[in-house]
Amino acid sequence: MRRVLPLIVLLWPMLVFANIEAYRFDDPEKEARYHTLISELRCVVCVSQNIADSNAELAQDLRRQTYEMIQQGSSNEEIVTFMVQRYGDFVLYRPPLKPSTMLLWAGPFIIFGIGLIVLILFIRRRNQEPEVELSSEEHARAQSLLDNDK
Amino acid sequence: MKARYLIPFVIFMAIMAIFVLGLYKMKEDPNFVRNVPSVLIDKPAPEIVLPDLFDQTKTVKSADLLGQVWLMNIWGTWCPECWREHGYLVHLAEREGVKIFGIDWRDDAEEAKAMLQQKGNPFVAVGFDPESRTAINWGVSGAPETFVIDKQGVIRWKHAGGITPQLWQEELKPLLQKLEQEQ
Repeated sequence: MRRVLPLIVLLWPMLVFANIEAYRFDDPEKEARYHTLISELRCVVCVSQNIADSNAELAQDLRRQTYEMIQQGSSNEEIVTFMVQRYGDFVLYRPPLKPSTMLLWAGPFIIFGIGLIVLILFIRRRNQEPEVELSSEEHARAQSLLDNDK
Repeated sequence: MKARYLIPFVIFMAIMAIFVLGLYKMKEDPNFVRNVPSVLIDKPAPEIVLPDLFDQTKTVKSADLLGQVWLMNIWGTWCPECWREHGYLVHLAEREGVKIFGIDWRDDAEEAKAMLQQKGNPFVAVGFDPESRTAINWGVSGAPETFVIDKQGVIRWKHAGGITPQLWQEELKPLLQKLEQEQ
């Protein structure tokens, strides 16, 4: 018991990711598609959650919508198109690459590039700086400071 | 060249300023995040066929309003902003002759009927949508939301949040007048 208990406590937060309702599928392939889809569709009323993780009422209804469309034989593309036609690209956690989403996709690389350029300029400039020569007076002072430390 | 060390601080302050402005905007209009242009603008309005709130053995249909300019308003008794805008919707229906098709969304039918009895009913018809069928079809993410549909049955305008006198004067009234002129 003492060994199992910490494990249970550690796994406890995983319950957060469990949906309340359980849908029955006649086909494991459909069930797998269902889980992929609900993890890639954004919950439009929550902040930074997909509809798989959200208990918002609209998210429940969107899961049911996804379930029903899968059971009726819709393909993944058809379901995604259905959602995008109504809620826009905002519902997708993997938005398509097009002019209006260019900044979204390229942004991280642009910021990384700027950081890299700044870093290179910084290092170069430091290498070009002449080494500071200490006068004999300063040498003596440094030596005495180091000796004091002992 | 001490000022160089201030650069990161200035950048930080600029980012903070953007966040503060965002917070103030949110305070002014809590729905501004949701008020991104709807993808449904200039698309045919999805057909509404729902049980009638007042008699669920009957259905209400948006097809009955084809050829007219009308508003679709989605609401629920659980939504505080809907209570706030309700009186003004009644005013628009009674004084301005605006036709509003109501969708009672994820609600308790008895409570909804009680609210309309108590505060007045601004709707030409009220569909009962406990399972978000119409809400999802119209890309609704919260309540209240209001759409304007033209004579051809095309969605021309959408607003997330309550209808206010200011919004009516500045946007809605001119738009409805324009749409009434169209064929």
